[in-house]
Amino acid sequence: MILTLVGISQGMLADMQTRARGIGADILIKAPGSSIIGFSTNFPEKFLTVFQREPHVKAVAGVLVQPAGGIDSVTGIDLKEFSDVSGGLTFVEGGPFQQPLDAIIDTVWAKQKNLKPGGTINMLNRDWRVCGVVASGKLAHMFVQRPVLQDLFANNGKITMAYVKLDDSSRTQATVASLKSKLTDFPILSMEEFLSYLTVDNVPMLRPFILVVITLGVLIGFLVVFLSMYTAVLERTREVGILKALGASPAYIVGILLRETALLAIAGSITGILMTYGTKWIIETFAPSMNQVIVPDWWPIATGIAIVGAMLGATYPGLKAAKQDAIEALAYD
Amino acid sequence: MTSPSANQPIIETHDLRKIFRVGDVEVSALRGVSMSVARGEFVAISGPSGSGKSTLFNILGGLTPPTSGSIDINGRDLLAMSDSDRTNLRKATVGFVFQKYNLLPTLSAADNIAIARNIAGKNGPPDAEFQDVLKLLGIASRLHHKPRALSGGEQQRVAIARAIVNHPAILLADEPTGNLDSQNSEAVLHLLQDLNQRLGQTILMITHNPEAAAFAHRTIRMRDGRVVED
Repeated sequence: MILTLVGISQGMLADMQTRARGIGADILIKAPGSSIIGFSTNFPEKFLTVFQREPHVKAVAGVLVQPAGGIDSVTGIDLKEFSDVSGGLTFVEGGPFQQPLDAIIDTVWAKQKNLKPGGTINMLNRDWRVCGVVASGKLAHMFVQRPVLQDLFANNGKITMAYVKLDDSSRTQATVASLKSKLTDFPILSMEEFLSYLTVDNVPMLRPFILVVITLGVLIGFLVVFLSMYTAVLERTREVGILKALGASPAYIVGILLRETALLAIAGSITGILMTYGTKWIIETFAPSMNQVIVPDWWPIATGIAIVGAMLGATYPGLKAAKQDAIEALAYD
Repeated sequence: MTSPSANQPIIETHDLRKIFRVGDVEVSALRGVSMSVARGEFVAISGPSGSGKSTLFNILGGLTPPTSGSIDINGRDLLAMSDSDRTNLRKATVGFVFQKYNLLPTLSAADNIAIARNIAGKNGPPDAEFQDVLKLLGIASRLHHKPRALSGGEQQRVAIARAIVNHPAILLADEPTGNLDSQNSEAVLHLLQDLNQRLGQTILMITHNPEAAAFAHRTIRMRDGRVVED
């Protein structure tokens, strides 16, 4: 459970990084007062001309993002603006927008939702006609025309963020500094800086979520092992009596139970690691827009958590077994 | 601790008493048992149910302490022993054979024997003398089987092998033929007799069966927690 959820967290962040990097922009500008990660605040698109006037700015693309429930969102773009910044979307099937309620989806969504050009996708309580399928890896999974999305949500003339492409990437920091001096309220970041923010610590509630999952993992591990070992000790009362009759000390009996528990925890951890490959396959097959990565650096951590939880759970049953009266234990049927 | 001399009795009890408390009621299981067993002797203890045989067995094996009296096992005062000392007594000085065999069901016969050696801190292969004992017991070819795949007689022979693998000074057998048919009973009793005669193994066997008791050098009869005939 821990490895899968950490893998999904890291996978989603890696996917966000890939798609952000795929835009090909040098600078990201967000609305004043907005968080680095988040799409809750918009600002007027007329600022695009302000950004465009900055020296060495080659192209500017305004993007409006509308959350669509869960981890899904719909991204409104001006296809020409976006092409100027990103080099254009690569159509695998179909083509650009033709009607207001046209949508372009990437190959990931096309596979996940089994869609082709001409198909319909219901998002934001609207039926969108899929006009094209593009290669994934640029900004979003679903694009619609920015003015249409602005109109639908009364965000006319508003954008969530702007991507700026320079004629010379080495001028990024200078341009960021220049823009910041003129637009003091705007979060303005180089794309590299933005990508560095895409970590577990910067996604709201992700770190607490992982901690909660780990705590639950330890608690569940503790309870399962405690109950299993407690039951095992009761069921093996006679065996404990036999060991005592053979001269086994309390430490020997506790040692056997703890070694057994440690082996089970290690076996369980190996099974858990193998199961993350299974969940990865399931996610890739049935929900490819989610991403799970295999996290080998978490294997020793998860194994350690499993062993500690299991040992805590086995300690009391082990001590109880060690304290059993040998005669009563031998009489147990 | 003084080292036991060859002439000194290996077991000697005097006025041994054991009182169990059941709620507010005190039950006297042993009411002053005095007895002596010489080194290399094969002694049967017989008596009806409730005569105190099993309590005496448990005390001699260090499974429970007596309430009063004196008891020397292989030159050591058992009354003065701590729990840890009695654990060591079971590990090194006394071997047990039970009526219900009491083999660990998840281990093979060989592993049941090996775990007794492991508990005693011996992890290498058993000595050559023990290999002869295995031949004597007739279980050499059955050692890799789990207890469930062995007959009652075979299980009891494995239990005997486990009890003597660490060369205990005393072998305590509690109704060793109680769960066996007459043919297997006789085989097991002959084995105990062989172990006593060939290896000089001191054996104390609890039985209520006069035919089994006849295999011993002498029989101590008990009734109501006392020795009534020796």
